[in-house]
Amino acid sequence: MKTILLDGLPLPFADGQTIMEAATEAGIFIPHLCHHPEFKPQGSCKLCTVKANGRYVSACTLPAKDGMEVENNSPDLNDKRRTLLQMLFVEGNHFCPSCEKSGNCMLQALAYELEMLTPHFEQFYPDRPVDASHPEVLLDFNRCILCELCVRASRDVDGKNVFALSGRGIRKHLIVNAESGRLADTDFSLADKAAQVCPVGVILQKRKGFAIPIGRRRYDVEPIAMQVECAPSRTSGEQES
Amino acid sequence: MGEDGIEAERLDELLLGIVERHGGDPGRLLQILREAQDALTYLPAAALTVIARALGLPRARVEGVAGFYSFLHLAPVGRYRVLFSDNITDRMLGSGELLDRLCNRLWIERGKVSEDGLVSVDTTSCTGMCDQGPALLVNGRALTRLSAERIDRIGDLIRAQVPLADWPGEYFRVDDNIRRRDVLLSSQWLAGEALRAAIARGAEAMLEEMKRSNLRGRGGAGFTTHIKWESARRATGRGERPTRYVVCNADEGEPGTFKDRVLLTSYADLLFDGMSVAGFTIGASRGLVYLRAEYAYLLPSLLENLERRRQSGLLGEALCGQSGVAFDIEIHLGAGAYVCGEETALLESLEGKRGVPRIRPPFPVSEGYLGQPTVVNNVETLCKAALIAIEGGAWFAGLGTKQSTGTKLLSVSGDVESPGIYEYPFGVSLAQVLRDCGAGNAQAVQVSGPSGSCLATHEFSRRFAFEDVPTAGACMVFGAHRDMFEVARNFAHFFAHESCGFCTPCRVGTSLVAGCMDKIANGHGSQYEINEIFQIHRLLHVASHCGLGQAACNPLFDTLHRFRPAYERRLRSLDFAPAFDLDQALAAARQMTGRDDAAAHFNERPLAGEA
Repeated sequence: MKTILLDGLPLPFADGQTIMEAATEAGIFIPHLCHHPEFKPQGSCKLCTVKANGRYVSACTLPAKDGMEVENNSPDLNDKRRTLLQMLFVEGNHFCPSCEKSGNCMLQALAYELEMLTPHFEQFYPDRPVDASHPEVLLDFNRCILCELCVRASRDVDGKNVFALSGRGIRKHLIVNAESGRLADTDFSLADKAAQVCPVGVILQKRKGFAIPIGRRRYDVEPIAMQVECAPSRTSGEQES
Repeated sequence: MGEDGIEAERLDELLLGIVERHGGDPGRLLQILREAQDALTYLPAAALTVIARALGLPRARVEGVAGFYSFLHLAPVGRYRVLFSDNITDRMLGSGELLDRLCNRLWIERGKVSEDGLVSVDTTSCTGMCDQGPALLVNGRALTRLSAERIDRIGDLIRAQVPLADWPGEYFRVDDNIRRRDVLLSSQWLAGEALRAAIARGAEAMLEEMKRSNLRGRGGAGFTTHIKWESARRATGRGERPTRYVVCNADEGEPGTFKDRVLLTSYADLLFDGMSVAGFTIGASRGLVYLRAEYAYLLPSLLENLERRRQSGLLGEALCGQSGVAFDIEIHLGAGAYVCGEETALLESLEGKRGVPRIRPPFPVSEGYLGQPTVVNNVETLCKAALIAIEGGAWFAGLGTKQSTGTKLLSVSGDVESPGIYEYPFGVSLAQVLRDCGAGNAQAVQVSGPSGSCLATHEFSRRFAFEDVPTAGACMVFGAHRDMFEVARNFAHFFAHESCGFCTPCRVGTSLVAGCMDKIANGHGSQYEINEIFQIHRLLHVASHCGLGQAACNPLFDTLHRFRPAYERRLRSLDFAPAFDLDQALAAARQMTGRDDAAAHFNERPLAGEA
């Protein structure tokens, strides 16, 4: 059996599996945001940065190799991950106390997990108008972390291509597939996979925001690192219950 | 045309014509968008819808591509779009003052379209004219050697709405400025000579010559060329129609680099020979040149050259009369994105997508353009390969140093007497180069552009070679009177502007660093910002997705180590100072009320250094 050594612990893996997949199967948590067990890895958020044989790599995209020594839960890596989280927090407009995704949000849960106490950097305060045009779903772009999970879900599962990214650099942003730029003018539906995968509070079902009170939500109950799961059980917290 | 609106029917007809000319191929989306914009001045929302429908692509994906490239516009732009090259060498030649002068003359604000829709003036990343700057682009055409007089005249031409074709030809003159020739620049060859030599040797023997030459890539990374070629030759293609490709990276975007421009101008046959030799050697029948948009003015002569080669049997079905040896070359234009110089981002762009670097592995030699084995080589590398085909690998290996064989073209600019192209055997010392180009009082040289390294006086004895100072060829020289902080600040903004935005560290980190540098420049900096820069540097260096992010803080790191006083004399305190400036916060109110009297200002306390 081929194995990697993750923080000194031998983990078996099958050929073609990534470090992330090997860890997940063994129930070990590697922080991540753009990774989702059901979708092709993309490696953009860099939260899953680990050190494999001394090199910093993305755990979600790097195939495991026999005998590979991987450092995951270390002060150095968690420090870097915390900085990445702070970058994501200041890049968008994230006000957890007033966000209806609070408690079900992976960004917030990771910030708790990695003990991020302040946003540290100066806020960008980008101007990102919300799109409330769709009868069932609200898009609050203020919270978008550009993980492209909705892009991948809509393209690869729903076959619809409702979402895409436009712009470049710090001006990169999520767009929808309509000349008007409004979600109501796309063929998006609440039943789409893309409606279920947002790890933060961008794609929100209307009129259901507080069906489960804050304090009893997914990451309120148990820290994110204790909830390691493989495909295909994961959905965003809200719809799960 | 733009804001008057164009009727839906005419729009359809126009765009469908363009799509049809490109065979309705979604892979040619970027080329289609470029042409559509040429016809419409910008890309209105309705145009993207028509193009998406005609190509069978989701509209959002078309908008995503159009929104990625700097030279594609989704909102109306001026009929004259003036973009000043914003490299530090242009600034040193006074481009900032010239930009202000033009704006004043035209009564416009930088970055905004004039109210009559006539003109807009802004900046763009280095246009590759550093040896004959300051430079700018008007509607994509390169202008060189700007002066106050010339700027005034340009303002008049724009106001009189004189078509670009009727502007003085002298404005568009681009010189080669070759200052030192070695084996490549002084070589005498006939078009096709290298290709004939390679065919005479046979593919395996040609590969052997490449191996013997130990040629390494001239684009910066220095990867051994024969390994790329051999891997691609050994790799099997995929799908129903397996094939291989040769791609020439002519996206010379590294600020301060312009050697490929000269090769494309005066040595195009050598380049096309090199590509054909590569094609013959690895078994590829198609080559693609990815030409940066700033060099679009070279396209007509390059296309003419390709046509001439087809006429004389140097391209096409039976190369040099050899049946079974087919090769043809196509040229794609970029649209303003430095990151496309990264080979996998370049391949994405060639496929008509956003220029985002791919996850590697797989490497292009096994899965490149359209998933097929692909060799991506720099312009200079391919020219060298052509010479190796003619003269042999042993000859080439006899030049330069053991690990860095052959010669290297250097693009020299900045505070020197004779800026231009210098060809030396590898191993030449920086001091030698500085002597030859007349850099009397240099305090620093930025080698290989912002993503390379900054060397100070005590390092001038170091040598250009992969085993010492590797270089893609740029040498920007800074005289003793230059402010190295401003050099680094220019580079910080360059990376923030050019980050593709794919990965978190580069997307956000480059903007944060540019913000820190601005804060220091505005007199609000402290040791805190310097610590921040170091911390972000450490993160970007290891966690970024591609070389752009990994190198983005190098110039700051280098200058902080070598020219710390340039930073420290700007610091307000050595502890912390807030970025918020109460007086600056009133600027918008002052502008709106048209006031600028003393009572409209809030002067908290004089800045450090002000008496």
